[in-house]
Amino acid sequence: MPLLNIRGLRKSYGALEVVAGLDLAVEPGECFGLIGPNGAGKTTTLRLALGLTAPDGGTISMLDLPVPDQAREARMRVGVVPQMDNLDPDFTVRENLLAYGRYFGQKDTETAGRIPALLEFAGLEHRAEARIDALSGGMKRRLTLARALVNDPDLIFLDEPTTGLDPQARHMMWQGLRRLLNQGKTILLTTHFMEEAERLCDRIAIMDHGKIIATGSPHELIRNHIEPQVVEVYGEGVADWTAAHSGTYCERVEQVGETVFCYTRNSEALVQQLRNRTDLRYLNRPASLEDVFLKLTGRDLRD
Amino acid sequence: MQTTQYFRLPILSLRFIPVWRRNFLVWRKLAIPSILGNLADPAFYMLGLGYGLGGLLPEVGGVPYMTFLAAGTVCYSTMNSATFEVLYSGFSRMHVQKTWEAILNTPLTLDDVLLAELLWATSKSLLSGLAILVIVWALGLAGFGQTLWLIPLIILIGFCFAGMGLVMNALSPNYDFFMYYFTLVITPMVLLCGVFYPVDQLPSWLQSISAWLPLTHAIALARPLVQGGAPQQVLAHILALLAYGGVGFYIALVLTRRRLLK
Repeated sequence: MPLLNIRGLRKSYGALEVVAGLDLAVEPGECFGLIGPNGAGKTTTLRLALGLTAPDGGTISMLDLPVPDQAREARMRVGVVPQMDNLDPDFTVRENLLAYGRYFGQKDTETAGRIPALLEFAGLEHRAEARIDALSGGMKRRLTLARALVNDPDLIFLDEPTTGLDPQARHMMWQGLRRLLNQGKTILLTTHFMEEAERLCDRIAIMDHGKIIATGSPHELIRNHIEPQVVEVYGEGVADWTAAHSGTYCERVEQVGETVFCYTRNSEALVQQLRNRTDLRYLNRPASLEDVFLKLTGRDLRD
Repeated sequence: MQTTQYFRLPILSLRFIPVWRRNFLVWRKLAIPSILGNLADPAFYMLGLGYGLGGLLPEVGGVPYMTFLAAGTVCYSTMNSATFEVLYSGFSRMHVQKTWEAILNTPLTLDDVLLAELLWATSKSLLSGLAILVIVWALGLAGFGQTLWLIPLIILIGFCFAGMGLVMNALSPNYDFFMYYFTLVITPMVLLCGVFYPVDQLPSWLQSISAWLPLTHAIALARPLVQGGAPQQVLAHILALLAYGGVGFYIALVLTRRRLLK
C-alpha cells in the first residue's frame, strides 16, 4: 500500500489550473523526489496532500486516511519541512521542539525524552539553549528538520530543503535525510537541485504545468529520455561548425546562447573531430538528470 | 478550498490550548515591556487627566471626575490591549514569522489557531483591565464588592474587541493597514462612547451613532458598577458585546481561511 496515493488531482486558481490531473504514489520506505520548474505546481501538490487546501477534483489518501476529510488525523504521523523556515524566533532551540510537540498533543516529558536524539540528529547538541537568531542558516534548516521529527512521523514532506544553503550545510542535510531513509522513514521531497534528487531519491517524478510528465529512478529517466553522451561545444567558430557538422555527429542539437549541446549515443568520432579545431572548445560528459529535465521542460525561464 | 467551505461554522475544541500556551510562554519572556505598554500607559492617562482636569471640574455625571474616568479607562484599556494583540502581534505570528503556517502542518487546524488567538488576546486584555481596577481599588475610587462584577465584564470586552480586530488582521497586507482601523474605528470610539465625558454632551446625531458602538455598551455596564449603581438593560448590553465579538470572530475565520487555505 502506498503511504501517499494521489489520483487525478486537480486544483485551479481562477483560470489557471495549477494541478491538472496528477497521479502519484509514494511507497513505504522510499525517497520520492518531485522536481519541476518554478510554478509547476509542486508546493500546491504538497499543500493538497497535507489537506491544507481542498482539491477541485481527484482523490488523496495519506497513511490510509482520506484527505482532506481526515487530514488532521493523517498529519499526526507526518512531518513537514517547509520551504521557508518558520521556527519560533522568541523561543530557544529546546523550546521550539517542546512547543511543536504540544501541537501533536504530546506531553512535555515525552517530547523532552526525544530532544537529546533530535539535537544529536541536527548537530545541535550544544545549542539547546541558543536563541534562533544565533543559529546559522544551515543550523536553522537542520532544526526545522528535527522539529518535523518531533512526533516520530512515518512520512516526511520536504519542500526545497536545501535552497539557500552552502555546500557544507547541504551535504550535512543530505546525510541527515539518508539516516532517516536508513531508519525506514518515507520521504517526499521537492527540489530544484537535480543532484539532490539524483543522490537521495529512489524515484523521481518530473512535474510541469500541473502534471507529471515522467517518472522513474534517476537511471531510468536518463536511459529512457535522453542520449547517454553530451558534448558541449562553444567558441568562435561554433556557428559554422554547427551548420557543417552537427548533422553528422549529433542525434539531437540544442543551441543555448553561444553554446551548442550535442546529444549522441557515441561521442568518440565527434570528440576526434573537435580535437583538431583550434577555434572551438568542448566538454564531453555523460548525460545527467538535468539534461533530461531541460529536455522535458524546456529551457525557457519560469518566473 | 471551495467557497462554501470557507463559510463552515467554526469547529471549537480544546486543541487551541497548546497555541494559547505558546503565546503565553512568549509573552512571559517579554512581559516587562509589555506590561509597561499595556498597563502603565492607560493608568498614566487616567491619573493625569483625573487630577489635572478633575481639579477644574466640580463633578462629572454626579461623581468626582477621577471616578467618572475610572470606568471609561477600564473599558478603553481592555479594548486597546485586545486590539493591539490581535492586530500587531497576531499579524506578526500569521504573516511575518509564519508561526501559524508551522502550526497548520501539525494536527491542528486554522479554527484551533484562530480560537487560540481570540482567547489569548482576551486573556492578555484581562490583565490590562485588572491593572486599572487595582488602581481604582488602591485609590479608593470604588467599593470592592460591586466592582468584582467588572472582571467578567473585562473578559467580555476583551472577547468583543479581539473578535473584531481579527477581521482587520485577516484583511491586512501589512502593518500600516492597521492605522486605518485605529484612526477610523478605535479613536472615534474612544471619543464617542463616553470614556472622557458623558455621551449626552454630544450633539444628538453623534449620540445616535454612539449608541451602536460596542464601547458604549461596555461603558454603560461598567460605569454604574464603579459608581455604585445598578446597570440598566444588562442583557441587551451583554448581547451587543457578544454579537460584535462573535460575529467578528466568524467573519475573521472566513476571511482567514480564504487567505491561508486557498
